[in-house]
Amino acid sequence: MATTLYRVIKHGFQNFWRQRLLSVATLLVILLALLVFEGLMIFNTVSNKAFDTIQDKIDVSVYFKTTAPEDDILRIKQSLEGLSEVKSVDYISRDKALDTFKAAHANDQTISQAIQQLGENPLEASLNVKAKNPSQYSVIASYLQNDSLKDLVDKVSYQQNQVVIERLAKIVNIGRQGGLALTAIFAFLAILVAFNTILLAIYSNREEVEVMRLVGASDMFIRGPYIVEGVIYGVISAVLSLAITAPLVYFVSPYLRVFIPGMDLISYFTSNIFKILGYQLLFGTIIGVVSSLIAIRRYLKT
Amino acid sequence: MIHFQNVSKDYNNHHALTDVTFKIVPKEFVSIVGRSGAGKSTIVKLLIGEDKPTKGRVIFGHYDVGKLKSRELPRLRRHIGTVFQDFKLLPSKNVYENIAFALEVASRPEHEIYDYVMEVLDLVDLRGKVKNFMNELSGGEKQRVAIARAMVNRPDVIVADEPTGNLDPVNTMGIISLLTKINELGTTVILATHNKDIVNQLGRRVLVVEDGRLVRDEENGRYSV
Repeated sequence: MATTLYRVIKHGFQNFWRQRLLSVATLLVILLALLVFEGLMIFNTVSNKAFDTIQDKIDVSVYFKTTAPEDDILRIKQSLEGLSEVKSVDYISRDKALDTFKAAHANDQTISQAIQQLGENPLEASLNVKAKNPSQYSVIASYLQNDSLKDLVDKVSYQQNQVVIERLAKIVNIGRQGGLALTAIFAFLAILVAFNTILLAIYSNREEVEVMRLVGASDMFIRGPYIVEGVIYGVISAVLSLAITAPLVYFVSPYLRVFIPGMDLISYFTSNIFKILGYQLLFGTIIGVVSSLIAIRRYLKT
Repeated sequence: MIHFQNVSKDYNNHHALTDVTFKIVPKEFVSIVGRSGAGKSTIVKLLIGEDKPTKGRVIFGHYDVGKLKSRELPRLRRHIGTVFQDFKLLPSKNVYENIAFALEVASRPEHEIYDYVMEVLDLVDLRGKVKNFMNELSGGEKQRVAIARAMVNRPDVIVADEPTGNLDPVNTMGIISLLTKINELGTTVILATHNKDIVNQLGRRVLVVEDGRLVRDEENGRYSV
């Protein structure tokens, strides 16, 4: 058993080396497939981050009448947090609103004087609500416009921004779905191309397979070296594709940060490098081995 | 040792073999002759399990060849050395590796493989070409490699299907005398050929096949049509 395994591995490496041209051609196609795969991984990370950034900018504010007691507001905050659609709720008290307002207009003499003369705080307390999904703002808004809250709530910002919010929500949703569809299509194409290449490579070896059978080689002995070759393809192309992407990532990352603030591609890449390599190895070897197995099956059956 | 019992083989309504019966005993040298398409190759294919008979039984030793599953064929084939007109060698392996392959698939230990391969290389006189690849050999040399591979396993029988079909007269004689030598060393040889000169020169048992039927079976036979 051990000698058979040793011989199968030896033949695998031997075939790979002696049919260099064929091996390199196959390797390149798998490498391309892996690059597409890796590109999609990075593209998805970047676009998700971009959509998160957009989504984070959307929120609904509810302003309470100045007469509304703080306890009631906090109770509403709590009940909002209990909603499954809600991601976070920020409470901005009247005092805090005033502080922010003062700070924003610290250089404007007339405004600060006007506030001082007013003698009391004219600003309303508010709750800043963020939804998990932008399409859920209408649900949250209608919850806040409930009749039972009528005495406390002055206005909800949703009405003014409804059109913009809905449009953004649509863009984000379509963007994410489109990204997924694109990923699926490209991954499928890449697999198909790699698979066909290996099929052809083995097709060019079909006479050898027949000869091996005539000499009395078992199916495993014939199949084994091709599986070994598949693993070699997978490993080499995974390492190569990582080596190609790394400098690209370093080059592109600063430009990307201009478009999407807070997107640090380099740190994403370096902190996930083993995960990426792992996926590549897995993906590459699976393509290599599975397509070899399927291709060789055809020639083992009589 | 080999027994064809009323064997028929049809390919899509074409009768390749019809009711063929014969026996071959150990250490015999048997020529199967006939025109192209007469059924010689079909007999060879049935013997090594490449095809299954439509009717009748093919017995080889204790194997009922027609009933073997494809998983069991490798075992049978390690008892039979095969030589073909188109050599059927592995182009990506060198002379040594091509011959060693027949032993490797039978899980023989490495040192034994070396000894056996060198021994047959001496017999076919190719020791000087151990490292050469197939595209660096002449037709006669290729066929000698094929014969070396066929016999390195020390099989019970060597089946040669038109082994000289692609060779010139000088190489043809070389291959035939090699097969004779192998036979003298104690291996059964079955030679399928349409070469009249070879058969007449051998003066051994001859089976004549015509249109899929066995029409003659003679000791010291001659090939006449």
